[in-house]
Amino acid sequence: MKKTLPSQSAAAAAERVAREDLVLFINACFASTGQSEFYGDSAGQGVSIRFLHEYILGNYRRLYARTLAAGVNHFNQMLIVRNLLAAGAPKEPAQRLEEGQLILAALLGLPPQRAYHLLRELRAARINNRRSRGVVRLFLARRPDLAFDAVKYRAHVRAAAAHTHLKLPAEVAEFVFVGSKRRAAFQTPLFESFRRAHYSAEAIYELPYTIAAGLARRHKLPSDEFLRRIAPRMTANERLRLLGTAAREGVKEVAFDLGRAALTKLCLYLLSLPVDEKRERRAELEAALGSAAERSLRRTPVALGRVAVVLDRSFSSSGSEEKRRRPLGVALGVSALLQRAARECRTFWTAALPEHDGRPDELLVTPRGQTGLAAPLLSALEWNPELVVIVSDGYENDPPGAVAEVVRMFRRYFDREHRISIVHANPVFDSDRYMPRVLGESLPTIGLRDAEDLLTMLGFARFADGSAPLAELESYLAARMPQLLRRLGRSAAAPEVAAEAEAEHEGQ
Amino acid sequence: MKGSDKVQTLSLRGLEPAAPQQLGAVRLVPLLRSQVGGDLRLSLRRYKDAFGVVALDGEPDGRRLNPGLKYMGYVPHGLVMSWSDDGSPITAFGTQMMADSDGDTKQLGRGGPVTARLLHRMVKRESGNRLRFLPLHLAMEGYLSLHFGGPDIAWSEYSRQALREGLDPRYETVAFGRDINRLDAALRTFEIHEGQCGMLLCVADALASAFVVPHPDDYRILHHSLIEDFYGDLIYQYSYQYRDLPRLAPYDEGPDSQRPKTLAELRVLFEKSRRSWADVGHLLTSGLVGRSVTSERVYRAGPFSLQRFVTSLRLDDENHIGETIVREDGTVEYLKTYRLSSGQAKRAFLLQTLAQHNWNLDAAAASQNQTRSALMGRLVNAGFGYLIAEHVLRAARRHR
Repeated sequence: MKKTLPSQSAAAAAERVAREDLVLFINACFASTGQSEFYGDSAGQGVSIRFLHEYILGNYRRLYARTLAAGVNHFNQMLIVRNLLAAGAPKEPAQRLEEGQLILAALLGLPPQRAYHLLRELRAARINNRRSRGVVRLFLARRPDLAFDAVKYRAHVRAAAAHTHLKLPAEVAEFVFVGSKRRAAFQTPLFESFRRAHYSAEAIYELPYTIAAGLARRHKLPSDEFLRRIAPRMTANERLRLLGTAAREGVKEVAFDLGRAALTKLCLYLLSLPVDEKRERRAELEAALGSAAERSLRRTPVALGRVAVVLDRSFSSSGSEEKRRRPLGVALGVSALLQRAARECRTFWTAALPEHDGRPDELLVTPRGQTGLAAPLLSALEWNPELVVIVSDGYENDPPGAVAEVVRMFRRYFDREHRISIVHANPVFDSDRYMPRVLGESLPTIGLRDAEDLLTMLGFARFADGSAPLAELESYLAARMPQLLRRLGRSAAAPEVAAEAEAEHEGQ
Repeated sequence: MKGSDKVQTLSLRGLEPAAPQQLGAVRLVPLLRSQVGGDLRLSLRRYKDAFGVVALDGEPDGRRLNPGLKYMGYVPHGLVMSWSDDGSPITAFGTQMMADSDGDTKQLGRGGPVTARLLHRMVKRESGNRLRFLPLHLAMEGYLSLHFGGPDIAWSEYSRQALREGLDPRYETVAFGRDINRLDAALRTFEIHEGQCGMLLCVADALASAFVVPHPDDYRILHHSLIEDFYGDLIYQYSYQYRDLPRLAPYDEGPDSQRPKTLAELRVLFEKSRRSWADVGHLLTSGLVGRSVTSERVYRAGPFSLQRFVTSLRLDDENHIGETIVREDGTVEYLKTYRLSSGQAKRAFLLQTLAQHNWNLDAAAASQNQTRSALMGRLVNAGFGYLIAEHVLRAARRHR
């Protein structure tokens, strides 16, 4: 037996620990949102994921920042940005520049309500170092329409400006700090509409929906009339959310082209419909699901061969109060996506679905029954696929541990060369284990928040099963950084942030 | 065994345990029924008042209590059983449009923060083929009324109260399901199997209760009523004592002992190992299934008979009481058990020993290889001191 030097083996062990930590962290960042799950409450989830963030920030700061580029979910991007800003700028100029760019790019990439929420959190957490002030200034300067933001997120903009002592453009400052109490008219039309809307019911229809909804209550407007006239001001998500209300009120103006919704959002909407309505509108809903899947496929074009999907529709896929039917929605989305991404695709649900046109009727899927994944997995393997994707929360109970055993024996007796890849995608974060629950050692598990991320995540699966070394993971993250930084713009961004970083350094 | 006969040994005939689901110290084992009759259905009837008074012999009269034997306790719900005599399938009561569901009860008093409900008998026929009974309370009443009359022969050692009124008033304390640590979460997250007709509820691998209903649809409705039931003290203590349980799996000679040549063979191996999970259920019920029981038939309904039972009392083992509905061919259609705490088992055992020896203290003590004063000490510790005359007890204490 060849002896390795102690220092060598220690380095190897350190490398393994670092790799496992990072894979654990990135996996958690894909799945966790700090909300309650079927098996765990939100308090436990929040404590668990916040601890994980602090641990990784303390030990692997550079990689922690680069995780922003890995495509992790918004909740975790916010947490990373917040923790980095709280930790202050690093000493080394190159790292400081990189971090600054990543933070700003991530902040600009977040949905505005989340980005503004983060700015407000800085005040609550009393984070007010030089870099965070710079980030707030640059972020507000780069918003496409600050006047609109000032109306829609007025309290947030005010909090950010007051906290960082930021000089806003003259009328914006007047608007966020004085607002409707101002006697004289504003020059900016939107500000003026907001001021007038406090006195005239007509003016509220020029405002964004969320602001108008609050004022409509003050003017005691009938809800059907209000919905009819505010419809043009709604965002896509607001329309999707209010489809049911509009139908109840008999308002036809709140229409929404379902095919334009994000895949997982659409799946959750479909699952929320009553069975009879799903049957009646079958053609429309199936077409919408198809076009949503096509669209997310165009964004990440991947061609797959023969794919079998094992999908968990057990009772636990009903999610929680906060994430209603989310695991089932993700499963439905993955099925729709892979049926279009793969040359051939077949789905195997844990409990058989009713048939429609000779195929399982996925539109009518409901969360029901126990989690028996091994039987559908065996059916999937008998079909002889190239790739098997299992979507499940990992709480296997009929019987426990059967998938790991089936995969192990399958590899041992039928597939020694690993011709068939088997991947487990888990939409649920297990707070006790700091990661999505695994089905066993014999197959990799990846966290999955949205079905449309699946194709990206398949690339990450080789890190999850521990076959790729740390250096490869680092280069994977580094390679994804330019994609994120593209948001900063090609010419102007880099020098600007660099100058900002330099200025910070001088100030210290 | 015929349906008209009393149950002599307890079995789970017609039911097969599946793999357990566990949360914290609570392990829940689903019981699956392969053949569902459909001619017997159970449904739940909720009572809004927390406190129930069951008139065991007298007719309830208006809003007043008549003299007579009463059973009082926390009665959150009753069960309504409907059956057909010719074996044709029926729907569960409650899925049909029927009259007022509180028809068999009366509210006592004129409202207020705590109201009580007066119920007429533990088991009451409501119409042709419909019977209302109070689950667990039926068994508990059977347990409490064991030798309730007191000494048959007026031995001079017994107190005047014991001779005049027997054991009255006799009471026991239990733990509510809501007080059992994490039982609510375990029941909420439990994934009900297709075709599931029952459940073994274990805390720290001690069998707390076995619950069986005739039809899977009834089970889905009655599943959440388990949180409203009551359980033994031991179960309550265990639920706080243990945070987690070791993994429990059936013995496996190793899947590699047989080498599968095709995927179909692998599936056969998998199905075999899946069925072997029933062993875990059998292991957990080893203190209940196969035990000889003393049973009493409460009602006969067509091919079914409703019985209540007590397992043979053993001080070094688990003891259960419960009620069951068995079909003529011995299939268990309904079962609900309660695990007696050690104190409760001890009390029943002492009463049984005394009754076997015609309440003769000397004979009973001799059967236990004890002195008379030691037996009296045990009676006092068990809470039966009031049965013995004061001067006899004093003398016994001196001689100990």
